[in-house]
Amino acid sequence: MKVRVLVRPKSGILDPQGEAVRRALPALGFGGVDSVHIGRLIEMELESADEVEGMCRRLLANPTVEEYEWEVLS
Amino acid sequence: MGGTLVRIGVTIFPGSNCDRDALYAIELAGAEPVELWHADASLKGVDAVVVPGGFSYGDYLRPGAIARFSKVMGPLEEFAKSGGPILGVCNGFQVLTEAHLLPGALLRNRSMRFVCKRVPVRVESTATPWTSLYEPGYELTLPVAHNEGNYFADEKSVSELEDEGRVVLRYLENPNGSLNAIAGICSEWRNVVGLMPHPERFSDAVLGSDRGLKVFESVLRSAGVGV
Repeated sequence: MKVRVLVRPKSGILDPQGEAVRRALPALGFGGVDSVHIGRLIEMELESADEVEGMCRRLLANPTVEEYEWEVLS
Repeated sequence: MGGTLVRIGVTIFPGSNCDRDALYAIELAGAEPVELWHADASLKGVDAVVVPGGFSYGDYLRPGAIARFSKVMGPLEEFAKSGGPILGVCNGFQVLTEAHLLPGALLRNRSMRFVCKRVPVRVESTATPWTSLYEPGYELTLPVAHNEGNYFADEKSVSELEDEGRVVLRYLENPNGSLNAIAGICSEWRNVVGLMPHPERFSDAVLGSDRGLKVFESVLRSAGVGV
């Protein structure tokens, strides 16, 4: 099966990458962008989704500064 | 100690690049440097361990995230629990936070730029095995070289660090946006220390300064050998 994990900085955590992109967009003429947050997309093919939660907690995300969510794609 | 040399280990991961500098500084301080390969299942009986700087596992996923699960980390965590002195420098600091041996995390620098320069810092706590030979409040310049050195922890953890005197080193000019200009901290039992600046790069006058050498000399004293 295919699982998609989304990892992103917790709200309130400084996200310098997002901030840099937010500032770059108006420079290209794209207006009205209030905030940009950048995370990480992880797709895995595995036999069972039983251990995805543990994978997220122990390795894929750092719960100190990141939050995550995941879904089974197929 | 009757000629018994203190043995200080340096962990080496794929992508470590300050391991040689750390081994050099340890020898200069008068201890026996011991290489600890990441796939080793033992610490070879060393008295203290340095987790050096570099880009372990290419910093893939997050700096320190992969190294934290390598084989040598099992005995290192046991060593930490038994009170053994451990110093993480730069990437080593990142590894120790990922391993939860130190609180918080090192985020991307606020500037989004890799910072490589010499910065003035102050020794805030001498009550650790790695800083005991400094004068409290001692100010010195140390090299920093990092992309993720921006110290972050939740408000409660930061006030605990401050209240318990566990901020070990503080920037006088904050190069990366760290909360409270924190450059280094120690664990609850004070034996585990993490520093973003590189004392090993200032361990010999020929490198520009030897004011970082006391970090390595301090741990000799804590191991029972006068310097």
